[in-house]
Amino acid sequence: MAGTAVLGRLTWQVGEVTGTRTETPRTRSLIVDLPHWPGHRAGQHVDIRLTAEDGYQAVRSYSIASPPEDSQVEVTVERLDDGEVSPYLVDEAQPGDQLEFRGPVGGYFVWDVSRGGPLFLVAGGSGIVPLMSMIRHRQARHSDIPLTLLYSVRAPQDVIYRAELDRLAPDGVTIAYTFTREQPEDWTGFARRIDRDLLREEAPPLNTRPLVYVCGPTPFVETAAGLLVELGYDAGRIYTERFGATGRER
Amino acid sequence: MNDHSLDGNAMAGLLGEIFPFEMTSVRALCAGCGAMEALGRESVYADAPGMVMRCLHCEAILIRAVEGGGRIWIDMRGVACLQVHGE
Repeated sequence: MAGTAVLGRLTWQVGEVTGTRTETPRTRSLIVDLPHWPGHRAGQHVDIRLTAEDGYQAVRSYSIASPPEDSQVEVTVERLDDGEVSPYLVDEAQPGDQLEFRGPVGGYFVWDVSRGGPLFLVAGGSGIVPLMSMIRHRQARHSDIPLTLLYSVRAPQDVIYRAELDRLAPDGVTIAYTFTREQPEDWTGFARRIDRDLLREEAPPLNTRPLVYVCGPTPFVETAAGLLVELGYDAGRIYTERFGATGRER
Repeated sequence: MNDHSLDGNAMAGLLGEIFPFEMTSVRALCAGCGAMEALGRESVYADAPGMVMRCLHCEAILIRAVEGGGRIWIDMRGVACLQVHGE
């Protein structure tokens, strides 16, 4: 809180939106200039606070999409129609707007190149966001750590960062999508929810001892992590982050 | 656990205003069942005006917190002990 800052504690700071990017019909990225940002690690979050004219405040936590190397912080927000914060961030916020931020938050679901790999990232819906920070960090460091991304979404138009993912050098990068409700025309890939066979097919071989990060709705994460353990992957190298089935907003 | 639960990350920012540690890695001993778990893995319910953190193992309430008007109220009676890693 203002006036009570103590070394090591988090406090609110004002950031200015410098740019926005529509990612999908329901998600938008906000690029924010935070002059007092202490830096973050790939996979961490930030809390955002909105204050209404009557003083009512709402706080939600969002994953950071930008890598630690970027000078500005990017968050990608999914609109929840009954949300108190996300409709504003997705539909209303404009460059020049000032918002309050508290962070970075989290120290468990983080990765940097010094942790090595191979990396197996498993995303359900907007669970891709913290994983994208890891992917961008890997790119920024010109790392050759093998990367496999398994990305489950309902429909092709729900894929966040599609263009950027398509541009990733094929060298050392494998990306597999599964479209659970609606598939592109002529689609020959996966068209179902994640299951044992799908994971067995896409996960890096057991003997490479991959580092696994799973992020998505709670049932998705519990299913994927449970199946990976059953398949023999080291539970101590599987990191999970779950959010309510209602979506990203907390 | 119902589908509205979030993980402990949702409360870590608020706790980070009070404690000078990275709070998702701090472990709590549940006063209800005695399970020791990292706060980042516990269940958090944020539907109420405040936030409630429940034990991942027995669902007992660990922490209740409300923030507003520049103040924070925090009830930690469900936590028997916090384990913090030194630097």
